[in-house]
Amino acid sequence: MLRAKNTTGLVFFPAFDWAISPTHPEREERLLYTQDQVLEEGLLDIDGIVELKPDIVTVEDINRVHFCVPDAEAVTTESHFISAGGAKTIGKAVLDKKIERGFALVRPPGHHANRVVHGARGFCNINIEAVMIEYLRATYGVDRVAIVDTDCHHGDGTQDIYWHDPDTLFISIHQDGRTLYPGSGFLNEFGGPNAVGTTINLPLPPETCDEGFLYAVEHAVLPILDEFQPELIINSAGQDNHYSDPITNMSFSAQGYARLTEMLKADIAVLEGGYSIEGALPYVNAGIIMAMAGIDYSYLREPDYNPDHLRQPASIKAEIDKVCEDALKLWANRHELTQALRSRDGSDSRSRQIFYDTDNILENQYETIRFCDDCAGALRIESSSSYGANILGIHIPRKACQACIDQANEWFDHGEYGNFSQIFLQDRVKDRYLIK
Amino acid sequence: MIIGLDAGGTHTDAVLLGAEGILHKVKVPTDSEHLFDTVMAALDTLMADRDKAEVARIVLSTTLATNMVVQNRLPEVGVLVAGGPGLNPECFRVGEEYHVVSGALDHRGREIEPLDELELASIGRELQAKNIRCAGVVSKFSVRNPAHELRMVEILTPYVETIFMGHTFSGALSFPRRINTTYLNAAVYPIHKNFFEAVNRSLKAQGLSVPIRILKPDGGTMDIKSSQGYPAQTILSGPSASVMGALASADSEKTSLVLDVGGTTTDMAILLGNSPIIAPHGIELGQHKTLIRALHTESIGVGGDSVVRIAEGEIVIGPDRQGVAMAFGGPVVTTTDALAVLGQLDAGDKDLAKAGVAGLAEQLGLTTHEMAGKIFDTACRRILLAAAEMIETINSRPVYTVHEMYEGLKVQPDQILVLGGPAKQFAARLDVIETELEYGAAIPVPVWQVANAKGCALARTTCEVTVYADTARRVLTAQGEEFQHSLSATATLEDVLEIATDLVKVKAIRQGANPEYLQIEITEQSEFNMVRGFHTTGKNIRVRAQVKPGLIHGYDCETGQLNRPDL
Ligand SMILES: [Zn+2]
Ligand SMILES: [Zn+2]
Ligand SMILES: [Zn+2]
Repeated sequence: MLRAKNTTGLVFFPAFDWAISPTHPEREERLLYTQDQVLEEGLLDIDGIVELKPDIVTVEDINRVHFCVPDAEAVTTESHFISAGGAKTIGKAVLDKKIERGFALVRPPGHHANRVVHGARGFCNINIEAVMIEYLRATYGVDRVAIVDTDCHHGDGTQDIYWHDPDTLFISIHQDGRTLYPGSGFLNEFGGPNAVGTTINLPLPPETCDEGFLYAVEHAVLPILDEFQPELIINSAGQDNHYSDPITNMSFSAQGYARLTEMLKADIAVLEGGYSIEGALPYVNAGIIMAMAGIDYSYLREPDYNPDHLRQPASIKAEIDKVCEDALKLWANRHELTQALRSRDGSDSRSRQIFYDTDNILENQYETIRFCDDCAGALRIESSSSYGANILGIHIPRKACQACIDQANEWFDHGEYGNFSQIFLQDRVKDRYLIK
Repeated sequence: MIIGLDAGGTHTDAVLLGAEGILHKVKVPTDSEHLFDTVMAALDTLMADRDKAEVARIVLSTTLATNMVVQNRLPEVGVLVAGGPGLNPECFRVGEEYHVVSGALDHRGREIEPLDELELASIGRELQAKNIRCAGVVSKFSVRNPAHELRMVEILTPYVETIFMGHTFSGALSFPRRINTTYLNAAVYPIHKNFFEAVNRSLKAQGLSVPIRILKPDGGTMDIKSSQGYPAQTILSGPSASVMGALASADSEKTSLVLDVGGTTTDMAILLGNSPIIAPHGIELGQHKTLIRALHTESIGVGGDSVVRIAEGEIVIGPDRQGVAMAFGGPVVTTTDALAVLGQLDAGDKDLAKAGVAGLAEQLGLTTHEMAGKIFDTACRRILLAAAEMIETINSRPVYTVHEMYEGLKVQPDQILVLGGPAKQFAARLDVIETELEYGAAIPVPVWQVANAKGCALARTTCEVTVYADTARRVLTAQGEEFQHSLSATATLEDVLEIATDLVKVKAIRQGANPEYLQIEITEQSEFNMVRGFHTTGKNIRVRAQVKPGLIHGYDCETGQLNRPDL
């Protein structure tokens, strides 16, 4: 009789009645064959593997993370509430100690959703991992969290949300942004002035195979995680690194994903992308579930798997070695880098343009962060979209010091009212969300 | 007239039903070592001095092989499984003659790896040499394409007498459950065949010549002839007999919690109006999880004969049984003894019960009467609490669409229907007991002592068909119907719904249903566009249709009368 070594919870929410459009790669069919495979393997019948029904997140849960313009309902569908709810269910079950680990196999995904949301980017509207994490922080008092994004695309939304947070380590492994959407995720993106080094990007060359991925996990991800000492490890488990994925160029296999899962020992995995719905997803997902539960996955392979075709050229290996080495160096030097970043007094600003490829929106952002050694810093974002919305978002971080609280309140109270259609205050100290 | 008989673990109940309602009922103790004799004795008593020629329908429920399964006393059968990638098929080993063979299909039923015919023939010879007469063949994803299972049968036929194929038992996915189901059917087959052939012969000899029907765990029936293809479906039909018994008096507007209070356990189920809730997967029997369709029933180890103890100042009931109540000469105090002390039992020796309960009362510093009341309340509370847990389980079943998530029905019973020997006493107590759970009135069902036998008598023929269509591969399969057709590339959901409905109709009639009163419903329908690149290459359509469990046409729940000339 099969028994899971680790009690593993699964939320399966394929949203069989929802899609962006009938032929969009993020559509109902995505999890159809995965569900077939999971059911046919009998994974849900294994002792120690439990299937949980997803919760539905609330607007308050979303407002802890995002400034939705004009509000959460306008930029989401019911599916988003359930997909984030599925992640939340797993998070709650882990912290309630009902399960040791869990995997939310949900759609739509979320890791391209930034803090400000005007619409959909990269098939994402709200950041389901961040919504879950901030719920767990507000409810269970979780502090230090690490997110390892193994989706083939850079997790730019998650990076944006945690850019200034020194208590959230965000590591993204992905196909080099010079060759793939969203075009970001380079080594020089390593966090804001209050959180230097807690963002780490590992851009890997196209055609990276199992060997290269697992090398990066072992030689960069694990040592950094080890030093960061998170209370929770979250895996943004995108599966588009697969050799058969139609929209990416990597050469990862189901065995590789399972091995990665085993090495990472994430408490919570949340499904992100993955568009090889027949050739990869059924096998990769089954592999991840087996690896999480601590069940032998050595018999699992794709029907067309041929390890000889998935060998890595030496040039790729050299490139990956270099990326890992540089990332480790950056991590080791994070304190010195902080000083270099704070060249100016008091605060730092940046201007950005963000394109919402799915909804065809162009956003202009002007962001100001107060330098702070005591907290993540008061944050102020002016944002306008090509659709005419023009908002001001003020964020008081979770463990804000008095000076940052005062600064944020002043921004909110004396904000240039009249210049903006809406002014938001996301006050994480009082866990409230104000709009004026 | 209709005969309904339920051979339970403790008692065998039988009823004779006529146009005006129940004509006669009997209850005899079950001798599980000689089940045939028990069944025949009950029928003899029931039909003594009655005209057997008037009987138009006989429905039996027995748990014939249950103990053999639970105690692992089944005969050896050959099991051949073709797994392919995934979990190691060795994990699902059942029995000594379990063979993992080459050959694999993918989730759409396409061949990934061919069968090795020499290997299969060599296993066949091995089974023949060991004199193993029954076998089961199972391949992963055979419900999407039975080709490998069909071919395995062809190759094994010269060597083995009877071979069962996994895809014939259910259209549901689960390779491990399919293996168990196929194994159980093959292993139970000889016992089942001998038993029911003997019953059939005996009844015929006595002048009862109507085809015998057998109750299934899903609350439906099938005739003996069809049952030879699904022998394991007779296992564990007991709880469904109770549910069907309760259904005979259920209110179509209400949600009912059904409680069958037996000697050792209380079986629980839920009725949504006139529809029992079906279990999402299949029955579990001993360590075997199967694909055998069943009503959602759960058992709790609290019954009339459950042992009553005191642990850390609290009353603990069950889950074990050490014989009958003290009132009937048993060794330890039981809930039945509490009823005796409270003056709610007609039979038995009240003084013996009193002496036993007094011993426990002393430990808690209560009077004997108070103690008896507390024992009874504890039993009722335990049952209600277990029911609450079951309802919570039903309500937290995962759903897979946005629609179900937002429209999901929450089960909340507004009445309790009680069956079994002490139904009247339990219903009265459940009605007044204070708990935080609100279920509405508790009502003993009519003829509560034999309501399960009545449930057998009135159960209709049920069956299910799952149809899977893949317009890109242009194939349509219906598991177990030996139905595999090529399909037009433009086939629609409507076409598949029609095919499924027709197939269910044919199957139900084949298994003994009355063609004039078929209630067919679609339980699942989905249709997915298959897109490769950015082009739609076809549709993946899945439909499940059933004759839903329920009572035969012509029975009036309110009057208890049967208005149908042919019965
Ligand atoms: Zn990534
Ligand atoms: Zn991706
Ligand atoms: Zn501060």
